[in-house]
Formats: sequence, C-alpha cells, structure tokens
Amino acid sequence: MSDLNTQRRQFLKTSLGAAAVAIAPGMLLFDTAHGKAEAGSSKVRWGMLIDTAQCKDGCNDCVTACNKENGLSGGTAATDSQWIRKIELKDIRSGRELSLPMMCQHCEEPPCVDVCPTAASFKRADGIVLVDRHRCIGCRYCMMACPYKARSFVHEPLQDQKPDVPRGKGTVESCTLCVHRLDKGQQNTACAEACKNKAILFGNLNDENSEIAQKIRSVASVQVRADLQLNPGIRYQGL
Amino acid sequence: MKLLASLLLCLFVSVAWAAEGDTPKLDIGKGGQCVRDPQWMRKNHMHLLMHQRDETVRKGNRIEQDGLKNCVECHASLSDNSVIARDDSFCVGCHRYAAVKIDCFECHASKRRTALVMKDGK
Ligand code: SF4
Ligand code: SF4
Repeated sequence: MSDLNTQRRQFLKTSLGAAAVAIAPGMLLFDTAHGKAEAGSSKVRWGMLIDTAQCKDGCNDCVTACNKENGLSGGTAATDSQWIRKIELKDIRSGRELSLPMMCQHCEEPPCVDVCPTAASFKRADGIVLVDRHRCIGCRYCMMACPYKARSFVHEPLQDQKPDVPRGKGTVESCTLCVHRLDKGQQNTACAEACKNKAILFGNLNDENSEIAQKIRSVASVQVRADLQLNPGIRYQGL
Repeated sequence: MKLLASLLLCLFVSVAWAAEGDTPKLDIGKGGQCVRDPQWMRKNHMHLLMHQRDETVRKGNRIEQDGLKNCVECHASLSDNSVIARDDSFCVGCHRYAAVKIDCFECHASKRRTALVMKDGK
C-alpha cells in the first residue's frame, strides 16, 4: 500500500515531466541523477531480546539514553512522548516481581499499519515499524490499535529537534529502533548500548550467526501477547 | 537613433538594477559549491527534497548530500547557525519573498550542530 502510493506519486510526476519536456525541452531537469545508497533490506529483521533477570528494578538507564538520543523531554505526563518505559509487573499469586523495558514491539503484522488511513504507519523492509510524519494526520487510530500502548502523540510545538530525529506537533511517534543509527551502519540502539546490566540484546534475527539469533535458539523466550499472532521483533526472556 | 538606443539602454539597465534591488539579500551561511547548479537549485530544490524524503523515510536510503540536513549544514547563518531565525535567513528570506509557506522546520532541525557551532560559541 505504502509503496504503491510512492509509485503513484512518481508516476504522476514523471508523466507530468514528459508533458513538460514536450512543451519546453531543457526546462525539466529533475528526475535525473538518483544516487542509490544502501537500502533497508528484507534480508534483515531487526529485533531485541530482553533478559528480564538482568533488568534491575529502579534502573532507568535505557529510558534516559533513548530520551537523549531522540531528543525527547523525558517528561512522563499523559501528554509527554515516551518511546520506551520501564514497567513493573507482579504476579499476585506468587508475589514474584519483575521490572522490564517496554517499547514498540516492531510487529511483523502491525495493527497500527492496518488501521492507518493515510499509509503513514508502515513497516520497512528490515522489519522496523515507523510513522512517516510527512503523511501522518494525527488521527491516532494507530494508538488505539496498538496492543502495547507503544505510541505517543505530540501535543505541543517542539523546538531544537535532533537533526537526525525530526519530530513535530500533531503527529504520532514511537520507538524507531534508532533507525538513523542503523542506516549509518551502526549496529546497536541507544538503549541497548546504555544498559550496563546487558539486559537488552539487539541484532539481526534473520542472521543465524548473530548473537541474538543464537541466543534465541538456546534460551526460552516469549513474545508479549503472543496470542495476538503479531510476531513482534522484541522478545523477552524470563517473563 | 543613437540617442534613442542609449536611452533605451539606460532604461533597461535601470529596470534590471531595480529588479536586482528587489530580490532578497540572503545570508547564505557557509555557502560554497552547492549539490547542483545554483540556478537549478533555485527552481528545483523542492523536488530534490521531496524525492529524498521518501527515499529516506520509507526505504532507508540516506543520500546525505541531498538531504535537508545537508542544506542546513551549508546554509545556516554563521552568526546564529539558523536557516530561519531572521528575515534574511537563507530559507525564510526567499520563501517570504516568494510567498511560499514552509513547514519543514516545525519538525526538522533548523540549526547547524557541527563543529562550526562550537567554534562560534553556543
Ligand atoms: S507495537 Fe504497536 S506501534 Fe509497534 S508495530 Fe506493534 S502495533 Fe505498531
Ligand atoms: S495518527 Fe498518523 S500514523 Fe497513526 S493512524 Fe493516524 S495518520 Fe496513521
């Protein structure tokens, strides 16, 4: 759907271009040099394995690192953006307590993408689910549809955004798996890098030699709300 | 006849000069060699940016050279590092003149953040 739309725009542009060339040759120079850089490739599926046993109660390092990396305020009011948050779980019967980070789960079958009326929510070839803020109309359907409450709406005008992380009022946003880092060839997210307890392991799930794929083969891990069959890219160990 | 010609010439020159005086005087920042011919850029930078934004956001192709970040890098003012802060700032100056509203910088950073900033203090 999303690709179709860009193609349609391209088609309109080029057919317009053809007409313009006929009228005034030399007037229309765009659409010439399109350099091709490394694209998000479907050979990759980015994901995380979060070891809940390593994640310490009260530690907030991943959240702080995410806020810093992406230029979020760090506020936790209902109207503040939170791309990752620490949640506390308690099994009422056994009294077992857990603390773990929760963020966009980068579903393989993302309901946010299904419901988005403008194709602003989309999944990249490498499994990262993003909002294209050029198209987002702020309807917030995706926030309703997300079972993980992963998305935030920007309520106020923003200043001084990070050059790599554009954000703006009236649009929805959520964890991008530090897509700006990955596209530059870096192989780790800010949160995984910041966790001194090594509770977050980030990597390519499709590469069977990657650390994350090997670990997922050897330890028991679960997907949150696996019953929904969304196949999230984020997995939890010891949940 | 010669008189007429020179009169006409004067007229043309003054008209051209007036037009020149009318166009915005922009703070081009660091400037230097642009990514395409400047005349072409004046007319077509929006197409370049539009193409780049889809490539970047949807496909992950970050062609740094053609991105908005690169525009800001060269064209942010050397005094305040911004492309929109003042009336003669690079983006705003021309867009006001042409009466074309830009909303890029409601989301995108309008300031240069590299070593140049550090040097100028702030
Ligand atoms: S976790 Fe929510 S926002 Fe992220 S892909 Fe799944 S449905 Fe979409
Ligand atoms: S808020 Fe934006 S991304 Fe979410 S469903 Fe509406 S248009 Fe799509």
